[in-house]
Amino acid sequence: MAENQTYYVPEQSKWPIVATVGLGVMLYGVAAIMVNGKEGNSTTGSWIMFWVGSAIMVYMLFGWFGNVIKESRSGLYSPQMDRSFRWGMSWFIFSEVMFFAAFFGALFYARVFAIPWLGGEGDRGSSNMLWEGFQATWPLINTPDPDSYPAPEGVIGPWGLPLINTILLVTSSFTVTVAHHALKENNRQKVKTWLTATIALALVFVCVQGYEYVHAYRDLGLTLESGIYGSTFFMLTGFHGAHVILGTLMLFIMLLRIRKGHFTADNHFGFEAAAWYWHFVDVVWLGLFVFVYVI
Amino acid sequence: MSAVADTHAQDDHHHGPAKGITRWLLTTNHKDIGSMYLIFSFTMFLLGGAMAMVIRAELFQPGLQIVEPEFFNQMTTMHGLIMVFGAVMPAFVGLANWMLPLMVGAPDMALPRMNNWSFWLLPCAFLILVSTLFMEGGAPNFGWTFYAPLSTTYGPPSTTFFIFAVHIMGVSSIMGAINVIATILNMRAPGMTLMKMPLFVWTWLITAFLLIAVMPVLAGVVTMMLMDINFGTSFFDASGGGDPVLFQHVFWFFGHPEVYIMILPAFGAVSHIIPAFSRKPLFGYASMVYAVGAIALLSFVVWAHHMFTVGIPIAGQLFFMYATMLIAVPTGVKVFNWVATMFRGSLTFEAPMLFAVAFVILFTIGGFSGLMLAIAPADFQYHDTYFVVAHFHYVLVPGAIFGIFASAYFWLPKWTGHMYDETLAKTHFWLSFVGMNLAFFPMHFLGLAGMPRRIPDYALQFADFNMVSSIGAFMFGATQILFLVIVVKCVRGGEKASAKPWDGAEGLEWTVPSPAPYHTFSTPPEVK
Repeated sequence: MAENQTYYVPEQSKWPIVATVGLGVMLYGVAAIMVNGKEGNSTTGSWIMFWVGSAIMVYMLFGWFGNVIKESRSGLYSPQMDRSFRWGMSWFIFSEVMFFAAFFGALFYARVFAIPWLGGEGDRGSSNMLWEGFQATWPLINTPDPDSYPAPEGVIGPWGLPLINTILLVTSSFTVTVAHHALKENNRQKVKTWLTATIALALVFVCVQGYEYVHAYRDLGLTLESGIYGSTFFMLTGFHGAHVILGTLMLFIMLLRIRKGHFTADNHFGFEAAAWYWHFVDVVWLGLFVFVYVI
Repeated sequence: MSAVADTHAQDDHHHGPAKGITRWLLTTNHKDIGSMYLIFSFTMFLLGGAMAMVIRAELFQPGLQIVEPEFFNQMTTMHGLIMVFGAVMPAFVGLANWMLPLMVGAPDMALPRMNNWSFWLLPCAFLILVSTLFMEGGAPNFGWTFYAPLSTTYGPPSTTFFIFAVHIMGVSSIMGAINVIATILNMRAPGMTLMKMPLFVWTWLITAFLLIAVMPVLAGVVTMMLMDINFGTSFFDASGGGDPVLFQHVFWFFGHPEVYIMILPAFGAVSHIIPAFSRKPLFGYASMVYAVGAIALLSFVVWAHHMFTVGIPIAGQLFFMYATMLIAVPTGVKVFNWVATMFRGSLTFEAPMLFAVAFVILFTIGGFSGLMLAIAPADFQYHDTYFVVAHFHYVLVPGAIFGIFASAYFWLPKWTGHMYDETLAKTHFWLSFVGMNLAFFPMHFLGLAGMPRRIPDYALQFADFNMVSSIGAFMFGATQILFLVIVVKCVRGGEKASAKPWDGAEGLEWTVPSPAPYHTFSTPPEVK
């Protein structure tokens, strides 16, 4: 390769094929757990598949990212490589935005069209003839067919736990930015402090969300099975919660790397990517807070 | 395997590919990965094609003779899923892998290891999908559009496996698209400004954007299905306040851009092939770029034209009808530009050009039947008839698939270093052309006369056209074995190809020798 080669093209790598086997075995296991469980068959084998697949995935994540970190730290990556990572991460976040868009779309469609039509609004659909006495309300505290989908007795009000969670997440977006600025100033002690604070806020958020779920299931009868309100509520907040956990893991890895002395004041894309992801999670929450809880 | 990044990582680039199976399993080379995509795609094309043969054999005569209706439904479903996600999309990703780095003057794709993962996820996903055929209750049987509640309340148990297979395909497509965008935006040779990019690069940039925008929506809709089936949610169940129509909205929000994902790269490839064999530059380069952009943007606001009969408000029907018709404008721009490129050119008709010209003519026929379907009141008649089947097979077979064949013949000399057998290739073209028209043209008449799609039996008056259609389909199907023979022959030997075997061809890919060395453009070329 010529001297003026700037773009690092890695050698053969086992990680993609390991990742394929891991993901395939894990997801096949998940599907088998669901199907066997539903049919009343034994799910032991399916669970073993799931755990084996998951273990392979964990091994792969450590190995692959470890590999990338090693390459980055040995100076193989040029500024052009850095731009590839930035484009990659940006478009990955865009794909995540579109994933949430599908669920927000479902929420809007149910509220704006499906429920009013079921309640007899206009002459737009024949669906209003299905359940004559059904009253359209939102939150949906009476489902068209309460035998199949028992309605919740109440829903989570926005100004209690959700407001606390909003404050927690918005604050964590600030703290991660403070940590980022500290990293740019090469003040590593400050980075550790503020990054730890961010992770702590995130963990409190997850706990509050968990408590809210328990409250919803135990006290309000608001469950996945309680009609479209429960479906959209748990799918949106649940996928958001899963993304919070993933984002927290990313930030935690960044904290470990900071402690090991990784990153420099002007070269720390791993940290930035985690911070971008964290801001994305925060913005999704703001959308959730407004459209799921408040309005 | 050496995952360790050390200094000889760079020296190894001097060497050719690794030996044995590890070359393919562990590769990070865009040419290897491109070849694997193309081979996988052709395998799936034969598998999906075999299923089409089962369908056409059953429909050869009225009455039930060969397969059970239940199995027939599985065949129509799997044929659609395999052709869309297994044959057409991977073929274009394969072409992108091979050609994008060569066209923009990059040493490889931007993220080579992720590139390999994108590929290997596909065989994994299709292993799961095809395995559903052998599961209790059979494979998915609700059509490739898997409408709820057919796929949720009434679907077979294997639907859950189908959902996870779709998830894996989605992961693969999204990562592939991210790689394409990063390569195009970040790895262009110095001097190659956006408006100097070859059209195949432009169309793939826009396709990749569409993929990243809509594949997650597909993931969302199958996740809602998964929850409805296994966890008691009521997204698509009106008795819980949901709506089966919601499924169709979310699905087609993905589905309509998806059909452009399957055609835009073909637009790009044809925009290289027609100028090359007309020995004239492409007419209206800038308008071609803007037209593709316009088609892509419009594709997000036309989805409900698939749903005119489901019961949507009249204002919605009007909006989606006019928005759909608007797409004919940029598409028309492209068709006229291709024709204007050929006008007064010194044309020759080698196999790539034959496929490209057929593409322009037959895709336009598919476009016109699309316009007919876009007319909401007329669609009430055409909906779910063979007219729809005729329409989308006219845009997908002579559109997407002829585009892929044209590309394959155009670039085979670059890939293999040999010229393919022109006589056999022309035979492949003419048999495909006749077979395909024989198979799909009568379907227009069948549909207009009222034959419904996805039904294994039909009324007696449809018998003659169906027999013609089946004969055409068998002819088209059998002809594709010839393509395999031509490619294998070309890989093994044949007349040596020069760096630029087509005298009218333009672009960086023709500046490297044929076959393209394992590593190209380690030093970026200068583009004036």
